[in-house]
Amino acid sequence: VTKGKLTLLCDANTDGSFLVHHFLSFYLKANCKVCFVALIQSFSHYNIVGQKLGVSLTVARECGQLVFLEGLKSSVDVFFRAQAEPHPLQFLREANAENLQPLYEFVREALKPVDDGEAAWRCPVLLVDDLSVLLSLGMGAVAVLDFIHYCRATVCWERKGNIVALVHDSGDTEDEENNILLNGLSHQSHLILRAEGLATGFCRDVHGQLRILWRTPSQPTTQRDQSLTYQYKIQDKSVSFFAKGMSPAVL
Amino acid sequence: MAAVATCGTGAGSTGSVVAAGSKNHVTSFQRRGPRASGSDSSYSRLVSIAGTRPSVRNGQLLVSTGLPALDQLLGGGLAVGTVLLIEEDKYNIYSSLLFKYFLAEGIINGHTLLVASAKEDPADILQELPAPLLDDNFKKDFDEEACNHKTAESNIKMKIAWRYQLLPKMEAGPVSSSRFGHYYDASKKMPQELIEASKWHGFFFPEKSSSTLNIEPCSLTHGYIKLLQFIQNIIYEEGFDGSNPQKKQKNILRIGIQNLGSPLWGDDICCTENGNSHSLTKFLYVLRGLLRTSLSACMITMPTHLIQNKAIISRVTNLSDTVVGLESFIGSERETNPLYKDYHGLIHIRQIPRLNNLIYDVSDVKDLAFKLKRKLFTIERRVE
Repeated sequence: VTKGKLTLLCDANTDGSFLVHHFLSFYLKANCKVCFVALIQSFSHYNIVGQKLGVSLTVARECGQLVFLEGLKSSVDVFFRAQAEPHPLQFLREANAENLQPLYEFVREALKPVDDGEAAWRCPVLLVDDLSVLLSLGMGAVAVLDFIHYCRATVCWERKGNIVALVHDSGDTEDEENNILLNGLSHQSHLILRAEGLATGFCRDVHGQLRILWRTPSQPTTQRDQSLTYQYKIQDKSVSFFAKGMSPAVL
Repeated sequence: MAAVATCGTGAGSTGSVVAAGSKNHVTSFQRRGPRASGSDSSYSRLVSIAGTRPSVRNGQLLVSTGLPALDQLLGGGLAVGTVLLIEEDKYNIYSSLLFKYFLAEGIINGHTLLVASAKEDPADILQELPAPLLDDNFKKDFDEEACNHKTAESNIKMKIAWRYQLLPKMEAGPVSSSRFGHYYDASKKMPQELIEASKWHGFFFPEKSSSTLNIEPCSLTHGYIKLLQFIQNIIYEEGFDGSNPQKKQKNILRIGIQNLGSPLWGDDICCTENGNSHSLTKFLYVLRGLLRTSLSACMITMPTHLIQNKAIISRVTNLSDTVVGLESFIGSERETNPLYKDYHGLIHIRQIPRLNNLIYDVSDVKDLAFKLKRKLFTIERRVE
């Protein structure tokens, strides 16, 4: 498990959520402490898929390995009832929320190192599914970038942990805020995984194409960034990858 | 019931892994239908809700959209707890028909309805619902069907009385059918007694807009806030979110929202490109949060062809679970195109959710056309 990395997951014309499920189960199995900001689906959804991939989110949550922020459920609480203490999704109630500070505080609190000598987890991990939703909920791209910046300072640099975040690529739909967010994050990421739909359209045997790009954002790029492209097919409990044009269906 | 139960657990991971796995904090009701690891008693309680069935693929609880052809394209039906977004056709003819089918299906199944509109009074909408075809001979030729219908009517009446005696007393309404998904005759109206026997709540925006807000101003428009509060109120008061565990029979709440995003709701995204770009998306997010935590399913029709800012459409799509677009041929050049002469329009299945799964049911057929034929709405693969 590498440390101190920001990984950007991106999907264009297809659904990249299988990558989120993969990283969630990967880090849980690797015994890392995970803070999962799940804004787009419910807990039971991730739990059931997680079970197919071999982890139990309920067990992880009970023993403290997983801190789960269920966006959909919490949003209902925040929206209809005034909260006594600042809530991570506070911005839903506000007309012009400036920043995502309550959310950052939540993450920082969730991933703070435990001092009482109990079973120490490996590096802390922040997983976000997904950041584009924050734009839909009224936050500006700059606020979201600031949030990731703060998280990066705490999680990646201070605590030597990792961050994995999913952003949708809206393609040609002129979503400027989203493009700002995507470009800004691409620039800071160490690893970019980009799931794309096939240019030729829908295909039953090849669900899409995955582009992997390794970057070194802090150093001037004297060497070229490495990249790889695979095509994939998603199955019930796993995803199978193959080189372009080498799908078993074609050969 | 037992057969269905084994089907559900078989669809997930192997039984032994699941049983040894987590001990869930099982509330008296489960939000999203029977999970593979749920206890059997709550599973059978959920299956016994009228008008629902578990999905073959992942045990997710489904309700019918009112159009069996559409149910099939969506993988069996509409999942409880999700949003079905219909992108309206240009003159809102076929989308409002789909809206009515959805509500009619709710009445037939005894579900509670929540109808929200800014254009028409919900009571009027309910008066115009299509009548159900209870006769199984609807597939016969049209002439035969016309005269069969009359004799079948009287037969049906007798059949109903006979069935009614045998069914347990808590079934809702005189028309109780154990079938999933019904066919409707768009030329006839739903019988008045069925409408009156059903339980429904209406939200007509012009009536509610005058009352005051008791929530801080956030970027949602007035109409959306009121609608959300109304929905949340109904869900809470009638126990769809499990807050009244002593209610004896669980039921589904069908929410239908018409023309969401149109200027009649007070939203300006259809008028200008730089309108309030977050109101609608925030509304959808909180709505989905409400749906995920209750036994309800929602159909929204939205005039997306009017929205000026294309970015909003893609955000709205990402925030909905299932998205279906309707494109009618009326007034377009396709109307006279011989390729399309048998059909009234195209149906685009833009998005299907992957619920509790890495994969989903995707039909191979992407060219789908619909026609309103002989008072029945059919969806077919376009024949070249």
